[in-house]
Amino acid sequence: MSSITLLSTAVFADGDWPEKEELKLGFIKLTDMAPLAIAYEKGYFEDEGLYVTLEAQANWKVLLDRVIDGQLDGAHMLAGQPLGATIGFGTQSHIVTAFSMDLNGNGITVSNDIWAQMKQHIPHENGKPVHPIKADALKPVVDSYIAQGKPFNMGMVFPVSTHNYELRYWLAAGNIHPGFYAPHKGDISGQIDAQALLSVTPPPQMPATMEAGTIYGYCVGEPWNQQAVFKGIGVPVITDYEIWKDNPEKVFGVSKEWADKNPNTHKRLVKALIRAAMWLDANDNANRPEAVKILAKPQYVGADADVIANSMTGTFEYEKGDKRPVPDFNVFFRYYATYPYYSDAIWYLTQMRRWGQISEQKPDEWYFDVAEKVYRPDIYAQAAQDLIEEGLASADGFPDFASEDGFRAPQTHFIDNITYNGKAPNAYLEKFSIGLKGEQTL
Amino acid sequence: MSKTASLQKVTFLKLPEPLVNSIWLLKLKGALLPLIGLAIFMVLWNITAKNIDTSLGQFPGPVQVYEQSINLWNEHQAEQEKAAAFYERQEQRNAKRMAADPSYQPKIRPYTGAPTFFEQIWTSLYTVSVGFLIASFIAVPVGILGGLSKSAYAAINPLIQLFKPVSPLAWLPLVTMVVSAVYVSDDPMFSKSFLTSAFTVALCCLWPTLINTAVGVSSIPEDLVNVSKVLRLSAMSHVLKIVLPSSIPMIFTGLRLSLGIGWMVLIAAEMLAQNPGLGKFVWDEFQNGSSESLARIMVAVLVIGAIGFFLDRLMLLVQRKVSWDKSQNLR
Repeated sequence: MSSITLLSTAVFADGDWPEKEELKLGFIKLTDMAPLAIAYEKGYFEDEGLYVTLEAQANWKVLLDRVIDGQLDGAHMLAGQPLGATIGFGTQSHIVTAFSMDLNGNGITVSNDIWAQMKQHIPHENGKPVHPIKADALKPVVDSYIAQGKPFNMGMVFPVSTHNYELRYWLAAGNIHPGFYAPHKGDISGQIDAQALLSVTPPPQMPATMEAGTIYGYCVGEPWNQQAVFKGIGVPVITDYEIWKDNPEKVFGVSKEWADKNPNTHKRLVKALIRAAMWLDANDNANRPEAVKILAKPQYVGADADVIANSMTGTFEYEKGDKRPVPDFNVFFRYYATYPYYSDAIWYLTQMRRWGQISEQKPDEWYFDVAEKVYRPDIYAQAAQDLIEEGLASADGFPDFASEDGFRAPQTHFIDNITYNGKAPNAYLEKFSIGLKGEQTL
Repeated sequence: MSKTASLQKVTFLKLPEPLVNSIWLLKLKGALLPLIGLAIFMVLWNITAKNIDTSLGQFPGPVQVYEQSINLWNEHQAEQEKAAAFYERQEQRNAKRMAADPSYQPKIRPYTGAPTFFEQIWTSLYTVSVGFLIASFIAVPVGILGGLSKSAYAAINPLIQLFKPVSPLAWLPLVTMVVSAVYVSDDPMFSKSFLTSAFTVALCCLWPTLINTAVGVSSIPEDLVNVSKVLRLSAMSHVLKIVLPSSIPMIFTGLRLSLGIGWMVLIAAEMLAQNPGLGKFVWDEFQNGSSESLARIMVAVLVIGAIGFFLDRLMLLVQRKVSWDKSQNLR
């Protein structure tokens, strides 16, 4: 009922009424859809005069197609989806995002059998494996599969998913080639020259697919890594936090056409989502247990509450019983998590180039242009300023909008110790030993 | 006929008692045997379920399924309460907005919460009816045409044979794309997922009605056709007065088969088209992967079966009503 008391302050601030009041937003059953569920359950959407219906989608492709053809007003998306769609990898359509949904939140899990083979190559301390576990430990296992002529199959959730790039990053850092794409030749399987063959499996089916032996491991968001531990079918070896500390993950995407037609609605949606993200991180994650209960409802994530709680409340269970604190496993608001940084967009574009999804060399300018076309910090800034004026948020939770240029300072904390500077994408690509760079084409 | 035959056998072989007694026994048997079958099934189900361990926990037995059906009902009730609160809040909001912005046209929007299991049942029934009606409106006239004219039938027949065995899963991507391309509207009356599911159902359940109608029409007794000729009935009255009445039993046999297929197809179509009916319920629960999911899916399986059975009985009733040949053994 707290939403009713906030009503007067939020909705009636000024005359920028929403152009469209009834909205349908899509999501995939993953814990990082939390801002949407919280904005709904806590009445933040209604405070903005928006009547939102949330609907789970079958997979990322269906979700994107339905945003493009207008069946959905907006959706929880993989950060690579608006970028991929806009540059025409997969379905071509101009999608924009003004809200980044979270940082981190993924993990890589391998089956029990692979784990047993990997474990011999991992240094131990006090009887426990030393983390982070690099793919170097997986390399001999993959080599033995190749020697026996058996394909080493792994799963990820979508060709332009964070998970695909993270899994590739981790494998390549351990000298395992994850394969190239060659869309100009019609090859979008991403398995050219591959030592580990990656293929798409929808997140909720990951554990079942691994159990069936179709894949030996996967990279996916929560709760599907913890699910594997819980069911005793696999072992998470690394979280994406350890592959790249505080990596941007999901975004809230809408079509450009929709955004142009409904600027006030869009701003109000972002306002509601910012408030939800703030709630999720407030007081050192104090609201997380309540969030877990909400997410466990069958219409949202629907997995068992104790599985969701494992990662949402700051711990992560690797091998059964090996629970370690990962306080930032899911970050929804702090570290400016919701601000759509151009540099985040450019990192995804560099990975698309690295693995051949972008088949030719592009100048640095091209990367900046695409980032500006897709990422819309201007809309985010308006929404945040409205919230500050209404007294619902404080300015120190946001970057300084007057001076912010949209580029994070050069980022370290990658598993291979390579520094990422968003202002020099081509120079960044040169640093990788595996991957396309310069003028290379396939 | 068959009943009395078996009756004689029974009395002759086993029970040389008065006939009245045997009839009573038969009635008892009629009620008892299904119950015995059900009981055996329940016991087997229970035993088998206890021995199947899935990655989502033990396979649900009758007890867990019963618990989940109660759970689904409670969730439905809770959602009704939330809906009431939603409408209350909405009225307050509308009033405030009216005060701030007099030009605003207040509007009561439908509840935005997730559809409950029982609402999903209605969506499914509605979708299958629409698909079935579309199919019937196409199949009956085309079937009549094919039955009346041998050349028309020869022309349609290859198409029927070609499309009849096509799975809904093959149609669905095509239908989805066509609906998205053709049905463009700012204020759509139907959601695309609904249309996609309904059309897929229609495409798959068209064929039994079509074939049965054609066969029914072509096998009208020669005498009736001659009567029509003697009376010099116009083509329209020939169809209405002679063809339809005499082929109605066959048409309804076709319709009944069609509805059965339609209901089966619908669940698959809803899963993929994301139409918020029972198919989506099953898919979503599968994706949830909670320890309760399998039991909830099992509830849906039983409900889907029960509704399919009910729809079939309904069509059977109608079929009996319209069939003039009461001696026909319909089951």
